[in-house]
Amino acid sequence: MSIPLHAYTLSQLVDLFQRRQLSPVEVAQIYLDRIEQLDGRLHSYLTVDREVTLAQAQAAQMRLAAGGAPPLTGVPLAIKDVMSTQGLRTTCASRILENFVPPYDATVVKKLYAAGAVILGKVNMDEFAMGSSTENSAFGVTRNPWNPDYIPGGSSGGSAVAVAADLCAASLGSDTGGSIRQPASHCGVVGLKPTYGRVSRYGLVAFASSLDQIGPVTKDVEDCALLLQTIAGHDPLDSTSAPTPVPDYQAALSQEVRGLAIGIPREYFIGGLDPEVDRAVQAALKTLEGLGAELVEVSLPHTEYAVACYYLIATAEASSNLARYDGVKYGFRAEADNLLEMYHQTRARGFGAEVRRRIMLGTYALSAGYYDAYYKKASQVRTLIRRDFEAAFERCRVLAGPVAPTPAFRLGEKAADPLTMYLSDIFTISANLAGIPGLSVPCGFSSQGLPIGLQLLGRHFDEASLLQVASAFERHTEFHRRTPPL
Amino acid sequence: MPLTPENVIQVAKLARLELTADEIALFTRQLNDILKYVEKLQELDTTGVEPMAHVLELANVFRPDAVRPSLPPEAVLDNAPRQERQSFAVPRVI
Repeated sequence: MSIPLHAYTLSQLVDLFQRRQLSPVEVAQIYLDRIEQLDGRLHSYLTVDREVTLAQAQAAQMRLAAGGAPPLTGVPLAIKDVMSTQGLRTTCASRILENFVPPYDATVVKKLYAAGAVILGKVNMDEFAMGSSTENSAFGVTRNPWNPDYIPGGSSGGSAVAVAADLCAASLGSDTGGSIRQPASHCGVVGLKPTYGRVSRYGLVAFASSLDQIGPVTKDVEDCALLLQTIAGHDPLDSTSAPTPVPDYQAALSQEVRGLAIGIPREYFIGGLDPEVDRAVQAALKTLEGLGAELVEVSLPHTEYAVACYYLIATAEASSNLARYDGVKYGFRAEADNLLEMYHQTRARGFGAEVRRRIMLGTYALSAGYYDAYYKKASQVRTLIRRDFEAAFERCRVLAGPVAPTPAFRLGEKAADPLTMYLSDIFTISANLAGIPGLSVPCGFSSQGLPIGLQLLGRHFDEASLLQVASAFERHTEFHRRTPPL
Repeated sequence: MPLTPENVIQVAKLARLELTADEIALFTRQLNDILKYVEKLQELDTTGVEPMAHVLELANVFRPDAVRPSLPPEAVLDNAPRQERQSFAVPRVI
């Protein structure tokens, strides 16, 4: 039985393109047609420019014919609409940037183009990456392809859906508190948040500058390694980008896990964890144990403080980063008689409720008289959270646990209470606070057919170990091969 | 200490956000819920703990103070809602 072209992995496409057995134009066309056919319902894409995509695919085809084409030549990708793409509308799913066309490419986009990739379009997200369900987009919700009445997760919901529904070969998302890993888990695909500083943030529209990272969302772990290899590395245009050399991530893929110590944080398995998630994750841990990994119980005692810590730091940083949206130089401008009124009206009408709520919270946390009790305190707790991980990693190479406390929930179910939504970030948020890398790999399904992911967390700059474990797990399971009923 | 609607209006002013009366009421309630939740950080003794400002120990990441290619003015002004004489035009300040 042959697999349809749209279901091929990125790595398979790379191989077939390089061997001239498949044409980039044909594949781009297939994806564009499929987007037209299916995305009206799923709404993962915000911007698609057929002509531009086909022109890129055509150029890719010619490069392949000429020989010596770079590794990703012809591969069609979707980019979360939070990254600048020159000449291609970039909205951050916000009215305030509804018609913004960037004059430059993000560094990761430049790297993808240099590798020969083709861009299919920009995908949906929670506005300014603030959310865990993609319900906060100003341009409509994105639906989970496994059940369209359910959320795909967020904020990189568009990325996860486009990959899960085979509307692209792979995608780049961004993760500030779990925004790659959680939608990957809810949509049954692989998602990786690299170590802070591993991937350049130049051209990534900033939400929380000390937490944001760009990362791959892919059909399998091999694709994840390939995409990470392409985008990782120091960037002089990003002063927070790490000078640490980039290892060969593909080398990690074929390694076994015999004798590798996997830490199981006890705090990730107490209270509030959906029994089906628990079951799926426990089964995954058993599988890893069966492959020779050594499971070690560890403790991350400050886990219960992570959400509080995050929602002070992230919102404080966001209040500062979003101050630039004032209607002066770009984006939406409300007409007004004077400048101050223009600022007030532009921001009130341009930003959605969740964005405004977080700006308010962050402004308050930084304001005179409250800075010490809120922002500074949270920054100190952040140090304690980081120390938890450092202590745990003395006894294991990676940590494993759930990505989210439940599988995807119904659209609208948590919309009324922001705090309930925030609390569901409990397992992903600490990795951003500590700056460590994290990955989600499919490990099961709920009784309702909704995907469940296994989360792996690693030491700073040890994405290789995450890929090693995830790859071994994937080789011995079939979860990543299931496709949604479309 | 719970936020009053007056506090919320003041914070909105700092953030340059105009709120409707309904929004002031809603945000007062929601922000108070969140602030009550984050109070739990006060349970922790953080005496002597360094606040974590950076993940990586990078300091003074500078480049030479030399002119490099940058965006042409047309590109910079391309998204401007209103422009005049190669500048961004805005309503009067007062």
